Amino acid sequence: MENKIIYGVTGIFDTPDEIISAVKQVKSSGFERFDVHTPYPIHGMPKAMKLGTSPLGYFALVFGLTGAFAAFALMTYLMGYNYPLIISGKPFIPIPAFIPVTFEVTVLLASVGTVLAMLFLLFKFPNNSHPLHDTNYMKKVSSNKFGICIEAKDEKFSKMEVIEFLKKIGAKDIEVIYYDNDALNFKINIFEWKFVAFLVVSALVVSGATYIVLNKLMFAPPFNWMMGQHRIDAQVESKFFGKDNFSMRVAPAGTVARNTNQFKFSGQPELAEAKLINPLIPTEENLRKGMKKYDIYCSPCHGYHGIGDARLNGQFPNPPSLHSEKVRNWGDGHIFYVITEGQNSMPSYSSQLTNEEKWAIVLYVRALQRAMNAKEEDLK
Amino acid sequence: MSIEVLKEPSVIEGKPTFVEIDEQISAPIDKLPNIKYLIALGITSTMLLIGIICIGATFFYGIGLWGNNNPVGWAFDIINFVFWVGIGHAGTLISAILFLFRQKWRTGIARFAEGMTIFAVMTAALFPLIHVGRPWLAGYLFPYPNQHHLWVNFTSPLLWDVFAVSTYFTVSFVFWYIGLIPDFATLRDRTKSTIKKIIYSILSLGWRFSNRHWHNYEMIYLILAGFATPLVLSVHTIVSFDFAVSIMPGWHTTIFPPYFVAGAVFSGFAMVQNVLIIIRKIFNFEHIITLDTLEKMNKIMLATGTMVGYAYGMEFFIAWYSGSQFESFVFINRAFGPYAWAYWIMVSCNVVFPQLFWFRKIRRNIPIMFVIAVLVNVGMWFERFVIIVTSLAHDFMPSSWAYYKPTLVDFGILVGSFGLFFTLLLLFIKAMPVISIAEVKAVLDGAQPHHTHNGGHNGK
Ligand code: HEC
Repeated sequence: MENKIIYGVTGIFDTPDEIISAVKQVKSSGFERFDVHTPYPIHGMPKAMKLGTSPLGYFALVFGLTGAFAAFALMTYLMGYNYPLIISGKPFIPIPAFIPVTFEVTVLLASVGTVLAMLFLLFKFPNNSHPLHDTNYMKKVSSNKFGICIEAKDEKFSKMEVIEFLKKIGAKDIEVIYYDNDALNFKINIFEWKFVAFLVVSALVVSGATYIVLNKLMFAPPFNWMMGQHRIDAQVESKFFGKDNFSMRVAPAGTVARNTNQFKFSGQPELAEAKLINPLIPTEENLRKGMKKYDIYCSPCHGYHGIGDARLNGQFPNPPSLHSEKVRNWGDGHIFYVITEGQNSMPSYSSQLTNEEKWAIVLYVRALQRAMNAKEEDLK
Repeated sequence: MSIEVLKEPSVIEGKPTFVEIDEQISAPIDKLPNIKYLIALGITSTMLLIGIICIGATFFYGIGLWGNNNPVGWAFDIINFVFWVGIGHAGTLISAILFLFRQKWRTGIARFAEGMTIFAVMTAALFPLIHVGRPWLAGYLFPYPNQHHLWVNFTSPLLWDVFAVSTYFTVSFVFWYIGLIPDFATLRDRTKSTIKKIIYSILSLGWRFSNRHWHNYEMIYLILAGFATPLVLSVHTIVSFDFAVSIMPGWHTTIFPPYFVAGAVFSGFAMVQNVLIIIRKIFNFEHIITLDTLEKMNKIMLATGTMVGYAYGMEFFIAWYSGSQFESFVFINRAFGPYAWAYWIMVSCNVVFPQLFWFRKIRRNIPIMFVIAVLVNVGMWFERFVIIVTSLAHDFMPSSWAYYKPTLVDFGILVGSFGLFFTLLLLFIKAMPVISIAEVKAVLDGAQPHHTHNGGHNGK
């Protein structure tokens, strides 16, 4: 008993009236560090204990304003700047539409924040090792009695005097409360191997579970059911089109791009070469257009400069260079013909390109040819 | 002590002592469940199982198992969602709004009603979740930085719903838990079993009944009540925005928010009343949940039921007065079209029968009020059915009209939702004090010092 540290002295009262008057006497005798324990809040007790107003209102105000501001700012930033989307013709920052979420977040933060602040900041909960726990005193005040506890930390405290004092003001069941030595001497050692092992195991379990859920489970049935769609990707073999197993379908025979007339020289390259004249002149605009279309449609096979350096990694026969004698000497009409009709393994581009675009490409091919085989005077 | 002529009768009957209160309220927790309880649990968990099977089938085979068809894309699940969220509202009304109005009679029923709120919101939240088809991706509903670089649409009422319902759940839960802390502490000091003691110690966080704590505790209760009050109004307002913000005839009206809130309180009170009648009987809480309390609840039902009736009438008036052809068609179609049966169930259950509560005899007759409250809930469920289905089934384009027929799976999930709600409720009753011990003690006769009434004269 002797080496135990005293926490305080407690006394019990039977009625709310008694406790209120007792508190007033304790207070007027100059005790500061005391507490009153009652099974339910008693009207007038804060006044008798001279507690002042609770600070929680300010907490609520600060948390609430934080919530309101954060929600509004977040929505404004996301909808107005980070990823602006037009939604039902409303402005990017539709303030009335932000009100509900702002309100909800305000309430959420204000209530949860204030509660947590009260429990953990003001009350220092959870605290199950307080000396008052498991005493007879606590058992009484948690049910039907009203108790007062004068703490040893009070400046005027002296065990005997306080006991006398409590007796004088009519307290019953006076009890002296000691700290639990075990609890007092208990030191937290964070490097204890059990704790470290617990940390390691929980880290492994959490990361492992996260990995499995996000990388494996979500890709297993039924979670992946809507991931794979019943569609055929381009450039992929498809059994569905049994004839040629091509998933990328060729336009039906005779398809022409919009703004295109029927090609009159089908199967007659020489005639096309003789009859067709490029209607476009090599302006910068036309050349740029030709370059754009060439880079899209022709360069995968012929290379950006027409030398036949395909980017297809040999999956398709490399075409010959467009800078050969032969092609350089062809008339514009012949190149036009090859684009329209294709040549041997080269397919037709008539369904993708309009006449004008084809002629623009011809201009660009000519420009490439001239650039590759520049004459002396071109350099001047 | 002065004699107050107009003093209200005590809200707790029979002048029990504090110890008796402790014993009576913790009796259901301390005793092993009896056969009646087990039968009840058996029934509700069977219902729950039916629901689980139907939901499982839905996930496996897809939403094609439901009766939803092309114009009626929102059917049972959204009806049930609105219904259950509405049920929850009574709890907050009782615990927060009546608290602010200093209605002492709420004490006996507040805890229970709060619990109902939580379970009702949980049940409600289930429905949007299964309606999205892939509930495991529900995280997408919240704005978080993701690999798609996409954000949620903050202008959509459905997103507001996500915020409203989750906030509502969280705040109700916190409110409920804060109320439970002192009671857990009382149980902690009463119990003889070590395991229970550990559990209650953890849950009570080490509450010491200190008046320095009570002082802040009363403040937080006031703050939470102050926040929960506008919150509960906002929740059903936002739920009604799901409809009112769209342009569907029959949905696009400004009366929806108040009308929905009144309806929610109406159905919620009916549900609380029903369950309380059973509970006070089984656990002998007749003197804590008194007949007076039940009568007061019936009065609230009468008031809100009349408001709902007014809203029905006003909707018709506006349909005519607005001169909108589609609007008036929808309302005439509701009352006399293919869904007239549902409409008249709704009107009779919600507007006609509750009017019987004008009679004091009926207000205080337990069997009759029980039946009326059941009918109110039937009617309120049908109200949501009428609003959702009739509007969708007959929208602007006659060529797409279709009649909606629910399937067995739809009903299975509905039954399951009742199963979930009541199972949770039954478990709650057995596991936690359904009546707030501390609050009831505080309103007993003689629980408060006398001198405070006489203007603070100094003790002895
Ligand atoms: C799928 C790959 C591919 C694409 C794309 C392609 N070609 Fe060809 N091209 C070839 C192949 C292969 C040949 C050689 C055909 C042969 O064996 O005669 C060829 C031949 C030619 C020839 C004749 C060369 C010669 O020496 O006979 C011209 C001109 C030509 N392509 C122009 C174009 C133009 C202009 C485009 C863009 C519209 C284009 N090609 C797009 C593969 C392609």
